[in-house]
Parts: sequence; structure tokens; C-alpha cells
Amino acid sequence: MSRVAGIVVLSLVAATSVVIGLAAGSVPIPSAKILSALVQPGGDAISDIVWKLRLPRVLAAFSCGALLALAGTLMQVLLRNPLADPYVFGISGGAALGVMFGMLLGAGTLMQTGLGLGGAVLASALVFGLSLRAGNWNPYRLLLTGVVVAAGLNALLSLILVLAPQTALKGMLYWLMGDLGYAGNPLPALLVLALLFVVAMPFAPAMNVLALGRMKAQSLGVAVSGIEIVLFGVAAVAAVTAVLVGGTVGFVGLIVPHLVRLAGFADHRWLLPGSVLVGGGFLTLADTVARSAWAPLQFPVGVLTALLGVPILLLLLAGKSKDAAH
Amino acid sequence: MLRTEGLQLAYPGQRLVDGLSIEFLPGEVWAMLGRNGSGKSTILHALAGLRRPEAGNVMLQDAMVGAVPRRALARQIGVLLQEESREFWGSVRDYVLLGRYPHARSPFGWSVEDERIAESEIEAMHLSGLGNRPFVTLSGGERQRARAASLFTQRPAVYLLDEPLQHLDLPHQVAVLERLSGEARNRGAIVVMVLHDLLFAARYCNRFLLLFGEGRFSVGPADEALTADHLGELYGFPLMPVEIGGERLFLPGRQSGDMSHV
Repeated sequence: MSRVAGIVVLSLVAATSVVIGLAAGSVPIPSAKILSALVQPGGDAISDIVWKLRLPRVLAAFSCGALLALAGTLMQVLLRNPLADPYVFGISGGAALGVMFGMLLGAGTLMQTGLGLGGAVLASALVFGLSLRAGNWNPYRLLLTGVVVAAGLNALLSLILVLAPQTALKGMLYWLMGDLGYAGNPLPALLVLALLFVVAMPFAPAMNVLALGRMKAQSLGVAVSGIEIVLFGVAAVAAVTAVLVGGTVGFVGLIVPHLVRLAGFADHRWLLPGSVLVGGGFLTLADTVARSAWAPLQFPVGVLTALLGVPILLLLLAGKSKDAAH
Repeated sequence: MLRTEGLQLAYPGQRLVDGLSIEFLPGEVWAMLGRNGSGKSTILHALAGLRRPEAGNVMLQDAMVGAVPRRALARQIGVLLQEESREFWGSVRDYVLLGRYPHARSPFGWSVEDERIAESEIEAMHLSGLGNRPFVTLSGGERQRARAASLFTQRPAVYLLDEPLQHLDLPHQVAVLERLSGEARNRGAIVVMVLHDLLFAARYCNRFLLLFGEGRFSVGPADEALTADHLGELYGFPLMPVEIGGERLFLPGRQSGDMSHV
């Protein structure tokens, strides 16, 4: 299968997942009606459900998953580590701390988003600052610093959960597990996704070289430092945006790039669009299952991505150790 | 032409070279010899513009290598590093093609010419059957051959190689050395390599840079550099000269070398 054909297939899969997401729910809607409701928004109930309830939710899920997969792909090549995920800068912990603090204070959604953004910026600045301080930076120090800072932020999070009133606790836990129930208007996240994708794509050929290490990449003509700064920035903004849309959804950013690579898209010119499509489609489907499979019970989607993600990751690791034994 | 002017390289508390001024001329094949930690790789990195010297300059034609844009420099200077990240997730062919990165005209794909060059280098390093294999599944020697193929795909005017023979079996050691000396002879390339093999250094190189540590070095042709006394001092290990078929070889002596001054 050629790469172009592959991307077409992935696009169709992503589009199908969106249609399934629109069709499934407490009121099942046949796909023909979805299309007519999408094309001709009328005043009937189905049109209202599609436009006001399901479409925002589905688009939020898609953009959140796509942003996480984009951030994960970038982190893995920037840190030359296949187990790097979008949260290595402590972004999830920082954002979570901000949002939880907002919930504790009973702040409004906008205020919570602002606090989450502030927390993520502070946490990632802290991780970056600490790991760059020693001069010649290396990916391992960044990873370790991220892990340590995340542990500290987790302790503070636990403290907030202990202090929180019973009524706020469930919302907080859902948010921490990753939940798209409070996503709101998906347009800002979609715009951020489009913008970041456009910024990152021209660097895709350089990313292929960057995987070989900074010095090798320099010797092949990549202006490493500048490109790294841009791509770390793109990854951080993608991760923060995803967290603000759906809380800390785990495993999507870690696993989707692996799956797309396994499908034969190791070249970043194809890996980036492939990851965006698969990440978006995957989270859309997972969220559809989480909110409709056990209706009226609604699961936080993060529980589902973790339940799916852990076995997939274990399978990938088993395959990887087979490679290493070669 | 590649030239160093009063090059000084050091690590905190350790002087590697001081006042190194050499002209590397087209067609010359240089061997850099010395013990572990004597600064061979560091000099190679400085020559490649990958490390800023403590003092002095490295000049390519009449420009300082540090001032040449990376991509333009990569079209002139090709580097085989001793180590690189193994996290390359593509195929062997994808890996070799990266040598065309500094020459690529479009960010969206390789030209027919790029692919043709890569394919011929893959064949030259006997990797034809492995072109579609994931790079990470290669053995150490196969990986080293792929790295050599990628370097030759780059078609530079200056080759800087850090232990190019590591992990290679005998036929491939000779294949790489033959190819490098051919590049120097036929295309007027400059070849500078870090070697630990005195026999191959004597056979394939015509200029020698010996690094004695603590900033001391000597530069010269084979008959000056490759003497038993000189090399014995270089390695801190006794060497016996032997003549076989008009070729002088150096055998390591029996008693363990005097390592006390290390």
C-alpha cells in the first residue's frame, strides 16, 4: 500500500469515527439522517441533537486526541525516546493543579481554564529551566526532571483532593482521569490543532534526521537548536490545549505514534498527519463508547484509553524486546 | 582545503591539543592515532564544526566552519560519528537516504537522483537484501555499513570518520578503506579518520596526526610517524617492527605495557 493510499484510508477511518460518534448515544440516529441534519440544519429535534450536543462533543474528542498524538509524536523524536508522552514537562500536573484549585475555589469555567493554563506554563517553565540550567542539555535530564516535578505536583494534587468538599470531588476525579463531558466549544481547540500542524509540518524532514541525535543532525545540515525550540513549543501548546479540553487523558499521545509507525509511516512527513488522524479518530471512538456503551452511566474517557492503552503498550514492548534480541 | 589555525581544545582540567595548525589537502588520507581519551574525537568534532574550539580556528576554503550555514557545510563535510542515537524508526533505505538531506531540493520527497545514489551506495555496502528492513533490527556490523552507505550518499568533499572500521568484518573493513582512498584519489576528497589499526593506517593513509596527550602532538608522513619508538611512546606499549613482503608491520610486544604514567 502506498503512503498516499494509506493516508486516504486513515482519513476515511477518522471520518467514519466522527460519523459513528454522531450516530451513537441515548437517541440512536441513522447515518442518513445525520448527513441531512449536517447539510440542512433545521429546527427539528435530530438536528438539535446533532448540532448542539453531539457535534461539539465529537469535535472536542477529535481535536483533543489529535493534539495529544501530535504532541506525543514530537516529544518522542525530540527526546529520542519512544516512551515519551505529551506530559513529560509536567504539563498535565501543572494544568491539573490549576484547574483543581479553580474547582476548589468554585471558580467559573473560564477562570478554571485560565488557572489550568497558568499551572501548565509554570510547570513546564520549571522543568525546562531546571534541565537547561546545567548548560549542555540532554534529553535524559529533561525526562527525569519532568518525572520528578510531576511527582511533586501529584502530591499537591492529592492535598487538594483531600481538602475538597464532597460535592466537588467527583468532578475533580473525572477531570483527572480525562473526561470530555465539560469540553464546551471545540472551535478554539480545532483552530489550535490546525495552526500547530501547519507550523510543525515543514520541519518533518528535519525530524527524520533529528531522530539520529543532535550532533548527527547538525552534521547533516539541521540547525538543531532553533528547530528544537519551535517543536518543543508546538508540543507544549498542543498538550496544554488537549488538557484544557479533556483533562489528563492518558496513553493516546504515547501509543498512537507507535501504532502509526507500525503501519509503515516512520517518515515524519507521513507520521505527523497519520498520528493526527489516528489520534483524533481513536479518542472520538473511545469517547463514544465511554458515553454510550453503559448509558445512562457515563464513564470518563481516560479510563477507557488506559484500559485499551495498557495492553497495546505491553504488546508493543513485547515486540520491541524481540527486535532488540535480533 | 581544510585548515586549522592555532587550534586549542580542552576539557575542564585537561588540555587535548594546543596550537594545532594543519593543512589538509585534497587527495590526502589522514589517520589520527592516539590512546583512548587523547582527544581524537574532539578534534574531529572541531574539524566538522560541531564543537567550538577554546582558541584558534578551523577554516574550510576561506570561511570559518562555525560561520558557514549548517546545510551548506553539510554539502561539503560528511561526518561519521563514533556513536549516534539508535532510535531511528524507518527502514535501512530511509536511513541511507538521509545522507541526501543537505542536497534535497524539496521538503516533500527525494528526487530520482537522490534515490539512485542511495540505492547504489546500499549495493556497494552489500545491503541490497536489507533495504526494506527496519533499521533497528540490524546487527552492529550491518548498522555500521548502513552508516557508511549514508555517508557516501552524502557525497562530501571532506570525510571525517571516527573509528569507521568498528564492528565491521574484515572484507567490509577493506571495502570501506578502499572506497575512502578511492574518493581521495579520484575525486580529490580529503579523508581524516580516527583509527586504532596500525596495519590499515599504514596501508591506506599518507598523512598522520599522533596525539600523545596533554596537548602534545606530531604531524608527518608515514616514514616519520610510523616508527617503533614513536608508536611505542604513543601507546605506552612496546611494539616490534616486522618486515613482510616489503611492508613494515608492528606487532604488540609480550610484556604488559607500562601503564603507570597514565
